[in-house]
Amino acid sequence: MRPHRNHRAYWAFLGHRLSGLALAVFLPFHFLALGLAVEAAALDAFLVWTDLGVVKLAEWGLVVLLAVHMFFGLRLLVLELRPWPAGDARLGWILPGLAASLVVGGVFLIGAF
Amino acid sequence: MERRLFGLQRLTAMVLAPLVLVHLGLVLVAIRGGLTAGEILARTQGSVGWALFYGLFVVAVAIHAPIGIRNVLREWTGLASRAVDCLALGFGGLLLVVGLRAVWAVVG
Repeated sequence: MRPHRNHRAYWAFLGHRLSGLALAVFLPFHFLALGLAVEAAALDAFLVWTDLGVVKLAEWGLVVLLAVHMFFGLRLLVLELRPWPAGDARLGWILPGLAASLVVGGVFLIGAF
Repeated sequence: MERRLFGLQRLTAMVLAPLVLVHLGLVLVAIRGGLTAGEILARTQGSVGWALFYGLFVVAVAIHAPIGIRNVLREWTGLASRAVDCLALGFGGLLLVVGLRAVWAVVG
């Protein structure tokens, strides 16, 4: 990793972008699955899969990715649209955003298992 | 064009942030005890509030995500800009159609 990229803000950029890409790939499938709700039985047949541990783990990943994308996105909105503060305070939004996402993921795991 | 897309992506981000927060909260509550169609539909069917909530969610995400995909494709691939625009537009249309169909399925 070149030095200018080995920086917390670059990792935040990458986290925001890759989580967005993953969510964009997932969304059409999520919508298609929900579309099964036209018939409750069809949705129930699909939801049986969500009892599998590996599927719950995938759902946990998606929940964390959604939280990461939202928190890092909020940081970008503040960074782009608010007056720039003294110093480099915007770096201070990265770790709390990541920590909050992991807390959301932790609550999900407690509920799911 | 670029300025308009930049603004639209930020505007939809501001709309989506509170919607995502509520959605995440709902997911954390709904996952307890497992998911069933009956439980999901009992909450959503016939609800104008959830129809508006998720309808707005789908419209905002069908604008927000394709603009992001367009940026990624332009910066990380060698695709021609016209091809990138077509792909992004097609992706937005797909999200809008399957998304609104999903909202209709759970609230209708």
